[in-house]
Amino acid sequence: MLPGGHLLSVLIFFPAIGALALLLLRGDDHVYIRGIALIVSIAEFLFSLLLLRGVPITSADYRLVENAAWITSPPIHYHLGVDGISMFLVILTTFLTPLSVLASWTSIHHRVKEFFVMLLMLEVGVIGVFFALDLFLFFLFWEVMLIPMAFLIGIWGHERRVYAAVKFVLYTMSGSILMLVGIIRLYIATGSFDLPIIQNMLQSGALPLAPGTEMLLFLAFFVAFAIKVPLFPLHTWLPDAHVEAPTAGSVMLAGVLLKMGTYGMIRFCLPLFPLASHRAAPWVAVLAIIGIIYGALVALVQPNLKKLVAYSSVSHLGFVVLGIFAFRNISMQGAVYQMLAHGISTGALFLLVGMLYDRRHTFEISEYGGLATPMPKLAAFFLFVALSSLGLPMLNGFVGEFLVLLGTYQAHWQWASWAALGVILSAGYLLWSYQRVFFGEITSEKNRTLPDASLRERTILVTVAVVTLWMGIASPFITRRTAAASQTVIDQVEPRRPYEAALPAPKLLPPTDTTGAAAQASFERLATR
Amino acid sequence: MFPTNPTNLDMLAVLPELLWCGFGVLLMLLQPFVSNRHFFTFLALVGTSMGAAAAVIPAAHAGPAFGGLVQADAFALFFRLLVGLVGFLVVLAAGPYLQRERLPFPEFYALLLFATAGMGVLASAQELLTAFIGLELSSISSYILAGYRRDSLKSSESSMKYFLLGSFATAFFLYGIALVYGAAGTTNLGRMSAVDPGSALLKLGLAMILIGLGFKVAAAPFQIWTPDVYEGAPTPVTALFSAGPKAAAFALLLRIFAIVPAATHLWFWAFWVLAVLTMFAGNLGALLQTNVKRLLAYSSIAHAGYVLVAFAAVTFLAGNSEVGASAAYAAILFYLLGYALVKIGAFTIVSQLGGLAEKNLSLDDYAGLAQRQPVVAAALSLFLLSLLGLPVTAGFFGKFYIFKAAVNSHLLWLAVLMAINSVIGAYYYLRVIVVMYMRDPSTEISSAPPARFPLTVKLVLAITVAATVYLGLFPNHILNFILQPNLLNH
Repeated sequence: MLPGGHLLSVLIFFPAIGALALLLLRGDDHVYIRGIALIVSIAEFLFSLLLLRGVPITSADYRLVENAAWITSPPIHYHLGVDGISMFLVILTTFLTPLSVLASWTSIHHRVKEFFVMLLMLEVGVIGVFFALDLFLFFLFWEVMLIPMAFLIGIWGHERRVYAAVKFVLYTMSGSILMLVGIIRLYIATGSFDLPIIQNMLQSGALPLAPGTEMLLFLAFFVAFAIKVPLFPLHTWLPDAHVEAPTAGSVMLAGVLLKMGTYGMIRFCLPLFPLASHRAAPWVAVLAIIGIIYGALVALVQPNLKKLVAYSSVSHLGFVVLGIFAFRNISMQGAVYQMLAHGISTGALFLLVGMLYDRRHTFEISEYGGLATPMPKLAAFFLFVALSSLGLPMLNGFVGEFLVLLGTYQAHWQWASWAALGVILSAGYLLWSYQRVFFGEITSEKNRTLPDASLRERTILVTVAVVTLWMGIASPFITRRTAAASQTVIDQVEPRRPYEAALPAPKLLPPTDTTGAAAQASFERLATR
Repeated sequence: MFPTNPTNLDMLAVLPELLWCGFGVLLMLLQPFVSNRHFFTFLALVGTSMGAAAAVIPAAHAGPAFGGLVQADAFALFFRLLVGLVGFLVVLAAGPYLQRERLPFPEFYALLLFATAGMGVLASAQELLTAFIGLELSSISSYILAGYRRDSLKSSESSMKYFLLGSFATAFFLYGIALVYGAAGTTNLGRMSAVDPGSALLKLGLAMILIGLGFKVAAAPFQIWTPDVYEGAPTPVTALFSAGPKAAAFALLLRIFAIVPAATHLWFWAFWVLAVLTMFAGNLGALLQTNVKRLLAYSSIAHAGYVLVAFAAVTFLAGNSEVGASAAYAAILFYLLGYALVKIGAFTIVSQLGGLAEKNLSLDDYAGLAQRQPVVAAALSLFLLSLLGLPVTAGFFGKFYIFKAAVNSHLLWLAVLMAINSVIGAYYYLRVIVVMYMRDPSTEISSAPPARFPLTVKLVLAITVAATVYLGLFPNHILNFILQPNLLNH
C-alpha cells in the first residue's frame, strides 16, 4: 500500500458515519440535524481536498491505492484508487453536497432527519463509484446509490414523485443488471474482477476477445452508462426525475449522478473494449449529436423552467460523450472538464430554480416575468450562471465545450460542426428563458413583492459564482492534473499520434503486492512489448 | 442388500429425523397433560434445534447408511441445518400468531416437526422410495398445516387445493419411480451409473419425477396452486412453505440430477424451459397483485425460476462433461439459504401486520408504515431489496452466483432473460416500498393501534435481518463450506 493511509476509505465512509449519527438524533431536532449534516458534508469536502496532495501532477497511475481481499471465491477485492479524473469528480461531489444541504435548509419540512441521512448515503455511493477499481465493487456502489436517490425523489419530490422515482430505478436497474451479466462474462474470460489486471491482460493481448464477444460486452457496459448519462434515446427518465426531485436531489442528480455514466465510459468502456469502442464510435457520436441538438431544441420550447434545465443537461452531456468518443487527448480532457463545469453550472441553475420555486411554488415560465425588479441580486446570479452554462469565455462552460469541439474537430470535422449548433442553441434557450423570467413587465401581482436572495442563498450563490469564475480562468489547474490520466485512456484505446507524443509517456501500472502471479505475468508481458 | 438389523451408525445417520419425529410425538402425548402454551413452544424450539444440531454428528461419519438408502454427506448436513433453522424460526414466529388467532399450540408444533423431519429425509435420501417417504411425510403435514385455521374458508380452501394438487404430484412422482425402477432395476441413485442413458423408460420416469417435484417447488406450468395456497394458509405456515419444503424438494432434485448420469445429458432444455416459464409466470403474476401475501407468493414462484436457471447450468455442464458444476451447486445452495431466511423474515412481518384473522393484507394497509413503525418498515424493505437482489443483501450474492453459473455454462441468453425478470421483479418489490415510505396512510389506518411485535417475533426478525446482511457482506464462510470437494457423496 502506498503512503497516504486509508484516505479513500475515509472519504467513502465518513458521510455514512455522519448519517448514522443523524439516525441517533431525535427526529424533531431540526436545527441540530441540519447543522450536523452541514458540518459533516463540509468536513468531507475539506478531506477530499487532501486528494490534490495525494495525486501528483502528471501522474497517470492510480494513487492512494487500497487493496484488500474481500471474498475469496470468486476473488473480489476491496480495491480503491484515484487518478486525475476521478479525483476531480469526487471533489465535485463533496463540493455539491454541502450546497445541497444548504439549499434544503428551509425547503424540507417533513421527515428532515431521513432526508439528510439519504443525502449523505447518496454521497457514500457516488464517491464509492468513483474510487472503485474492482468491477464488482464498482457495481455494488453503483446499485447502492440507487436507493437513496429514489427515496429523495419519491418522498420529498413534487406531485408525480412516485412515478418519477420508480421510473428512475427501473431505467437504471435494467441497464445495470445487464452490466452485471457483462461483468460476470468478463470475469469468466479473465478470471478477475480487478480493473487494472483485466486492463493489462486485454492490452497485452494475453486475452484476445472475439470481436463479437467484445462488442456484446461493450454494449452491456455501455447501455448501462448511456442510460445514466443519459444518451438519446435513453433519456426519457431524466426530465421526470429532475422535475419531480427536490432541489437537492436535482443538484446531486445533474451535478454528479449523470457523470457516473460518462465516467464509466472513460474508465471501463474505452480501456476494456478498445476495438468495440472504435466500431461503435460513429454510432455513439451520432446519438450524442442528436442528443445535443434535440436536447437544446426541446429546452427551447419548454414552458417549465426546471424541465428546461433538465433538457439542457441532455444537450450538455452529449458534448461529453462526443468528446470521449472522439478519442483525442484534447477532447477527452474537454469531456472531463465539461463534466465538472456542467456539475457546477447546472447544479447552480437547479439551485436558482429551486429558490424561485421556494418563493412561488411553480416552475412555469409564464408565471414569472420582470423578476429583476423585486430581486436584482438573484437575477444577477442567474444571469451569471446562465452565461457560464451557455459557454461564455472566462467562465467554466466555455473551457469544456471549446476543448471538446477542438479535439473532435481534429478527428472528424463534421461531428464538430454539427455539435457546434448546440452551442448556439444553448445561448438561445438560456437567454430567451432568462429574458422571459427576469425582464419585461411584472405580469403577476404576486411577483411584485418577492424577497430577494437571503444571506443563506447568497452564501450558496457566491460560492458557486467564485468557483465558476475560477474554473474559467484557472483551468490549467485542473487540466494539468487530468491530462496524464486522459492520455492513459487514449493510449489504451488507440496508438499514440505524433502530435501527442510530446506529452509525458504514461507509466505502466506496477503490480501491487496482493494481486499475485497473474498480475505479475501480465505486467511482464506488457513491459516487454 | 439391506442389512436386517440397522447398526448404531445407521441410526446415527438419521438422528436428526429421529429427534424431530420424537419431539413431535412427545408434543402430541403431552398435550392432554400440560396446558401451558409456553411449555409447548419451548419444547418445539428444543426439538427443532436439537435435530439441527444432531445433523452435525452423522456428517462426521459421512457415508451411506442403511445399505445406501440414506446419505449423510455435507450436502445433507447443509439442508438439514437449513430446514432445522427454518423450523426453529417458524416456531418462534408462530407462537404469537397462534395466540392471536386462538389456535391450539401442540398439534401445530407437532405437525411442524413432522414436516421438518420429512424435509430432512428428502435432503438425505439416496434412494427414491426413501425420498418418497420423506416427501409424503412433509406433504401430509403441510396439507394439515395449510388448513389449520379451520374456521376460515380461505384456509380450508388452501388446504383442499394443496391436498388435491399435491396428491397428483405425488402420484406423478411415484409413477416416475416405478418407471425408473423398470428401466434401471434399482431405485438407488448410487447404483444407476450403469443404466443405459438412451432408455425411453428411464427418460419417461425421470420426466415424471421432474413433474412431481416441479409441483412441489412451484415451477411453471405446475405453479397454479401456489398463490391460493400461500394466501389461504396461516402466515407462519406460508413462511414455512416458501422456505422449507421448497428447499428440500430442490435438494432432492439436485441430488437426482447430479448423480444419475443418464439424466444430466438430456435435461438441460427441460430445465431451461422450466426456468424461463417459471420466472415469467411468477414475475408477471406478481405485477398486478394488491395483496401482499399473494404478491410474495408469486415472488416465490419467480425465485424458484431463478434457482432453475442454476439447474439448467448444472445439467448443461454435466451433459457436456465440463468441470465447474460445483460452483453451480454452490449457487443453488447459497440462494436457497438466503432466500429462505429472507422469506421467513418477510412473512413474519406480514403475519404480525395482518392483525386478527389476517384482515390487513392489502397494500393499502401498508401505506405510511415507515412513519408509524419505522423499524418494521426498514426491515421489510431490507427483505424486499434482498428479494430484488440489491447489493449488501443475501439475495444479491445469491443472484450473482446464479448469474455466474449461467454465464459460466455459456447460457448467456438465459442470464439475460433472468436479468429482464429481475427488472420486472424490481417493479413490484419497489411498489411495496413506495407504499410504505411514500404514501400517506388513510385516517382509519393511522388511528388504529400499531401492530404488536412480541419478543419472539423480534428475535426472528433480528436473526433474519442479521443473516441477510451478513450473507450480503461476507458470503465466504458459507460458500467455503458449500464448495468443499466431497459435498455430494455417491
